Amino acid sequence: MAKPAELSPASPAMEVRTPPKDPGPSKLAGPATWVDERIGLAKLMSNIRKVFPDHWSFLLGEIALYSFVILLLTGVFLTIWFKPSMAEVDYAGSYELLRHVRMSEAFSSTLSISFDIRGGLLVRQIHHWSAMLFVAAMTVHMLRVFFTGAFRKPRELNWLIGVGLLSIGLVEGFAGYSLPDDLLSGTGLRFVDGLIRSIPLIGTWAEFFVFAGEFPGTLVIPRLYMVHILLVPGLLLGLISAHMALLVYHKHTHWPAPGRTNHNIQGYPFFPIYVAKAGGFFFIVFGITILMGALIQINPVWLYGPYNPSQVTAGSQPDWYMGFVEGAIRIIPNWEWHVLGTTWSWNIFLPGVALMGLLFTALAVYPFIEAWITGDKSEHHLLDRPRNAPNRTAFGVAGMAAYGMLWLAGGNDIIATQFQVSLNNVTYFMRVAVFVVPVLAFIVTKRICLSLQRADKDRVLHGSETNIIVRSPDGGYSEAHVPISQGEAYSLTRHPQLDALPPNGEKLGRTRQRLSRWYADGQVPTPTVEEIEAAAHHSDAPALEGSDTAESGVSH
Amino acid sequence: MRFLTSGRRHKAARPLLLLLSLFLVGAVYAAVSPATSSSAEGVADAQLVAAGKNLFAVNCASCHGLNAEGLAQQGAPNLTNVGAAAVDFQVRTRRMPMANPLTQAVPGSKTIFTDDEIKALAAYVASLGNGPAIPDQNQYDPSNVSAEGAARGGDLFRTNCSACHNFKGAGGALPNGVVAPRIENTPPEQVWEALRTGPGQMPVFAAGAIPDQDVQKVIAYIKQVNAAPSAGLSLGGLGPVAEGFWAWVAGIGSLVLFAIWIATRGTRA
Repeated sequence: MAKPAELSPASPAMEVRTPPKDPGPSKLAGPATWVDERIGLAKLMSNIRKVFPDHWSFLLGEIALYSFVILLLTGVFLTIWFKPSMAEVDYAGSYELLRHVRMSEAFSSTLSISFDIRGGLLVRQIHHWSAMLFVAAMTVHMLRVFFTGAFRKPRELNWLIGVGLLSIGLVEGFAGYSLPDDLLSGTGLRFVDGLIRSIPLIGTWAEFFVFAGEFPGTLVIPRLYMVHILLVPGLLLGLISAHMALLVYHKHTHWPAPGRTNHNIQGYPFFPIYVAKAGGFFFIVFGITILMGALIQINPVWLYGPYNPSQVTAGSQPDWYMGFVEGAIRIIPNWEWHVLGTTWSWNIFLPGVALMGLLFTALAVYPFIEAWITGDKSEHHLLDRPRNAPNRTAFGVAGMAAYGMLWLAGGNDIIATQFQVSLNNVTYFMRVAVFVVPVLAFIVTKRICLSLQRADKDRVLHGSETNIIVRSPDGGYSEAHVPISQGEAYSLTRHPQLDALPPNGEKLGRTRQRLSRWYADGQVPTPTVEEIEAAAHHSDAPALEGSDTAESGVSH
Repeated sequence: MRFLTSGRRHKAARPLLLLLSLFLVGAVYAAVSPATSSSAEGVADAQLVAAGKNLFAVNCASCHGLNAEGLAQQGAPNLTNVGAAAVDFQVRTRRMPMANPLTQAVPGSKTIFTDDEIKALAAYVASLGNGPAIPDQNQYDPSNVSAEGAARGGDLFRTNCSACHNFKGAGGALPNGVVAPRIENTPPEQVWEALRTGPGQMPVFAAGAIPDQDVQKVIAYIKQVNAAPSAGLSLGGLGPVAEGFWAWVAGIGSLVLFAIWIATRGTRA
């Protein structure tokens, strides 16, 4: 019995319209129609005007994506000649300083790619630099997402996919590092062999499973090859697709500004703006990677020589992304249990296996822990400026500091030789620094965030400096301030205030209540309307410092 | 004698006298000082040893003892059986005499001794016992090593040397502030001497373990691997740490700058 809705006479629905005359498919439209009728191209193309906001930090993930494309392209080239075999051969290629040295076919074919295949060395170097950049770009992208709070509802799942991408990115990089079977590859594999063996109870069995018997065996290179070119790239491709599908589904986040709210998205359309920008950026990433491959030597396997378990070299380090594990292993004291004829190698297990587990677990659960502390169940499409979430920012910087200390410890011998300090002293310093520096970093970062909040509030209330110093008739100096624009004031004040959860509102546990109070504590409240109005009034009649009149005040 | 007395109050008398006495001291020192370059040349072994003994007493004995017996509390080893090669290596590379007995004897800039003084010191120490002699050129010269020999030298290098000295001789860290020095440009005879005498923490590689021909191969490898062109900037030959550093600084650094540039360029649809 509902009353029919009235239509306004001006509604386009009331207009009589005749369908435009079908001119028939043009010559160009022909193929498009053909495709559309079969795979629904038109529907796919409706996403073409998808809007993306513009900010440099939104391009960091693209670096990772483009590096992945470069890795696929150069990787295909390398597979054409690489032989994933540990069969021993007598080297007879063109690099004289390894002539007649016994080596695996994998290493021999890597040498032949480097010295006998046209462009092979360049492609190898591009592939390796690209791998370094791939993981590095994923890392900075993740840091951007973390510090801006872009992982909050509804994007937690995409954050988890990202953590997955980063972790299997490490596996992919490590497998690639191991394939050439040079001295560093083998040393790295031996390192991982130790990690596997250190796992309590199942270590030895797991080692025999991975290496098909004793280290190094003859199967690990073919197995890693499968992992490197099929299993992990497949997983990466799938996860990247899901990552980007969710990006399109959620739409991008954006910075608070006039007109930008939690319910809209402002930016430029994918086509033609972002096609041009992103396409151009792809070529820049490709260009930089090629330049690095052409100009900077990376992984000179011919200098390392073939893997031989009796050899090792000073400066045996993994690629950078495994450096934190290397560092942890280098600085841990020699903790080992010997119980009833069994050995429990905590000195390997804790800094190796447990540390990696800790890092990725912490990354994965962080969004949920923060939501649990704040009790925040709302959707967030506006980004936080890092200063407005001081505890999160401080926690992130503390994590970076801990990672950085482990990272440095991984190069303790290089630090010792290059800066002429004692290797032992570097190690002892790092043992302390890995715990102390993150705490200091947390405190300093939180203070900086709060100071910046105060500076923001000051700017909203008192305007921006004019850079004009005025001298009063009495000789005093002052700098006049001009009010900031409404838009800027909006951007500086629109972030939500962190509130501690109401006491016993939902029968909170004591821990959660305490955490929530601590998390919200200390923030500088955004100025109220009254405060802004009072301040505006105050600055209407700026008085000059040094004048002795009654209405003089300190102009801010 | 009048000219002496008459001029003694002259203004220039004092400076002239000072100069004269300095000249006299110098002349006397030159006449009596042991083992000058001219006196060591072409003299009999006994004279060389005697000259070396004098040099030793002045420059080395304070730590190593007057008869090279060593002083345990100074950490100075007994030199009875170290041989001439050890003296030649340590003194010629400026490791000895040490500036500070508490730190590692690191190669300095330039030796303070002449060739002949080093020869005399070496002859004296060699006369005390048995030890490797200063090598002839045919013992260390790598110029006759074949290409395959150099490759074999590389294998020996990676087995015996690279653990401390790095895969191409760029050096590495040892415990307690000690370093294995860079050896990319070390003269061949010094490589030979170091192998045979084991300076510092380096083990001795005797002729029974690595014969002279193999030492030549190792030397040939070090020379050739460092002379070979690298595939771009070699980043000091330090391995993956330097590569990671440049991936972040040059790679991610420049890409972020480009990202900032792209994001600020005009976008008017």
